[in-house]
Amino acid sequence: MSLDPRVTEAWARLPEYLSAHVALSLSALLLGFGLSLPLAVMSIGSPRLRGLLLGAASVIQTIPSLALLALFYPLLLALSALTKAAFGAQFSALGFLPSLLALALYSMLPILRNTVTGLIGVDAAVKEAALGVGMTARQSLARVELPLALPVIMAGLRTASVWVIGTATLSTPVGQTSLGNYIFTGLQTQNWVFVVFGCVAAALLALAVDQLLALLERLLTKRERVKALAAGAAGLVLLVLAGGLGEWTRSGAGYVVGAKGFPEQYVLAALLSQRLEAAGLSATTRSNLGSAVIFNALISGDIDAYVDYSGTIWTNTMHRSDAPKRDALTREMSDWLGENYRVKVLGTLGFENAYVLAMRRDRAAALGIRSVEDLAASAPKLAVGGDYEIFSRPEWRSLRAAYGLAFREERQMQPTFMYQAVVDGSVDVITAFSSDGEIAKYDLMTLADPKGAIPPYDAVLLVSPKRSEDARLIAALTPLVGRIPIERMRDANLLVSGGANQAPPEDAARRLWQVIATTPP
Amino acid sequence: MGSDPPAIEILEAWKSYEGASFVLKGISLRVAAGEFLALVGTSGSGKTTLLKLVNRLVEPTKGRVLVGGQDVGEGDATALRRRIGYVFQGVGLFPHMTVAENTGITLSLLGWDKAAIQRRVAELLELVRLPLDIATRLPATLSGGQSQRVGVARALAASPKIMLMVEPFGAVDPITRDALSSDYRALHDGLRLTTVLVTHDVMEAVLLADRIAVLDSGRIVEEGTPQSLLAAPREAYVKELMAMPRRQAERVRALSAEVRS
Repeated sequence: MSLDPRVTEAWARLPEYLSAHVALSLSALLLGFGLSLPLAVMSIGSPRLRGLLLGAASVIQTIPSLALLALFYPLLLALSALTKAAFGAQFSALGFLPSLLALALYSMLPILRNTVTGLIGVDAAVKEAALGVGMTARQSLARVELPLALPVIMAGLRTASVWVIGTATLSTPVGQTSLGNYIFTGLQTQNWVFVVFGCVAAALLALAVDQLLALLERLLTKRERVKALAAGAAGLVLLVLAGGLGEWTRSGAGYVVGAKGFPEQYVLAALLSQRLEAAGLSATTRSNLGSAVIFNALISGDIDAYVDYSGTIWTNTMHRSDAPKRDALTREMSDWLGENYRVKVLGTLGFENAYVLAMRRDRAAALGIRSVEDLAASAPKLAVGGDYEIFSRPEWRSLRAAYGLAFREERQMQPTFMYQAVVDGSVDVITAFSSDGEIAKYDLMTLADPKGAIPPYDAVLLVSPKRSEDARLIAALTPLVGRIPIERMRDANLLVSGGANQAPPEDAARRLWQVIATTPP
Repeated sequence: MGSDPPAIEILEAWKSYEGASFVLKGISLRVAAGEFLALVGTSGSGKTTLLKLVNRLVEPTKGRVLVGGQDVGEGDATALRRRIGYVFQGVGLFPHMTVAENTGITLSLLGWDKAAIQRRVAELLELVRLPLDIATRLPATLSGGQSQRVGVARALAASPKIMLMVEPFGAVDPITRDALSSDYRALHDGLRLTTVLVTHDVMEAVLLADRIAVLDSGRIVEEGTPQSLLAAPREAYVKELMAMPRRQAERVRALSAEVRS
């Protein structure tokens, strides 16, 4: 019996993902507990402070966890810029730090609430006795009130640990490796083995930590302090070891290649890493970074190189709404990036990943649609499906304005599901990506944009300001410039995007390089 | 007792909580060393508040409290409480500590070493007539009477000169109660303690105390020996209060006479 290669692949990544996940959750819990406990104790004497604290913690809880994680990134970036200006030193706002802070905040509500409830619940007679036998307020707290409130406090900590371990899977888009990497990557590549693997691993970890805390509590209430200390220390050492493992395996990594959260980006990041390694440079990838996160990560030097798309920089970063010709746009963008951020544009890769409206061929024929211009007349009866960002992007506004498009319904969905949705008729039109392999796979018709409302989206290779003069990196990556035509990219994308012959991005990248290396320029 | 300074002296003590009306209205009280004083009165009369002035569980709004001639307001409250035994209704044994740990808690706060605490705990359990094997049990497994005895042992741990007690023998059956109170009186005499006992049970006060102070609405309305208060109460309120144990005693005497005849 041979194991599904996806399972083998998932196992291979477990040490790195699990250790990072453990290190993050544990630190967040410790920080959350360390903050909550003294705050809860202080608030016992002051109902006003107590109301304020519990209120604030509740409000934090209502912020969707993904948003909370994402918000910490720009916050820390600003702070980092501030410390650089003030002390000349900056810190990495990507990955660990924003995740740590967001999760610690997230863990505070159950710990605060249970500690307060537990302390208030201590019998008044017992508290009076503590004073009566000559305890100071601090001794009463340490010897009587906290031990008696312990079961309730531990219950809060256990709730918090389950929450934090679960929510830590959402730290992937802010650049923190976690078990969420399985889930985000799996969703993007329709690799359900990965998704299930990530969920199960996170659930098992949560259960294990919950049980460890339960054991600790039992030993503490049985007042077997020595055993409790031993168990706690052993558990901590184990977890830290698990956490350290990943750090060690990653230590010495020189260059970091970034990738956004979709298949093409995984392949390109793998390709860039492989080229660097082939040149004798060590490299790691940081995948599933949010669109807004990745450019900032490049500027701050948290990542050294990645592939973006000219139209994205043009509209999102430069905030331009005009759509000049391809070459003019690339040139102006390169100059702008160099002048404003000292980002080096190594060149275009040779293909474009543009937004393109696509329909089922038979449906388009029935409605007599060949271009976006034709679509405008039928649009009020049609539903359009798109990824999470397109409908709020300037390209969509200019497309609607240029053709007078108004759809019956705009539906946002995971890009992976978009193609299935248009094929099975859930929506009539989708905002596809021109380099996606599914366009060919499902024989979809792409609609022409005669007015040029959507800017070109040439894949461009960007290098961070820190590495802009790094000759070895530039020499290693320059051979990719202009060597990836759209057909090759589509093939590679299709290879990693689910299906029977699904391959990991690294394999797809290797095959892509073979084709590039054996084809004359 | 003679010219020794009084064990406890309260001078013109007033107390009100956050500007509400006064619960103590200028009370002065002296307790001689070795004396057993009972404070009686209805609930709300201020007797418990008055007692708590002594170990600073309550601070007076106005007035002074002296213990052994020293103003308690000038010293450290925690150190003071470690020198004074305190037993109260509900006992307040620490539910997460064994009988031995409860009994030795003040000693551990005073920094005694483990072996010395262990020896003293054994002594104390014997003193309050509890079997030594009770030492490792948790309070939840004790009977009401046993809990009260542990409470007394805990209060006596650091060999205090003064004992403050609030309804210490409440919440147990009459036979246990009788045994507890007579055992305590024997301890009081044997250890030469100064005891202030708060109770709403006049009979208990009459039978145990050397002297009784009757409180009403924050004032001491009358004080004296049980005999003098029983024989010739001046105030109408005190007369009414003392009539009850008398009536009970007379009824019991009549009944016993009937049985004998």
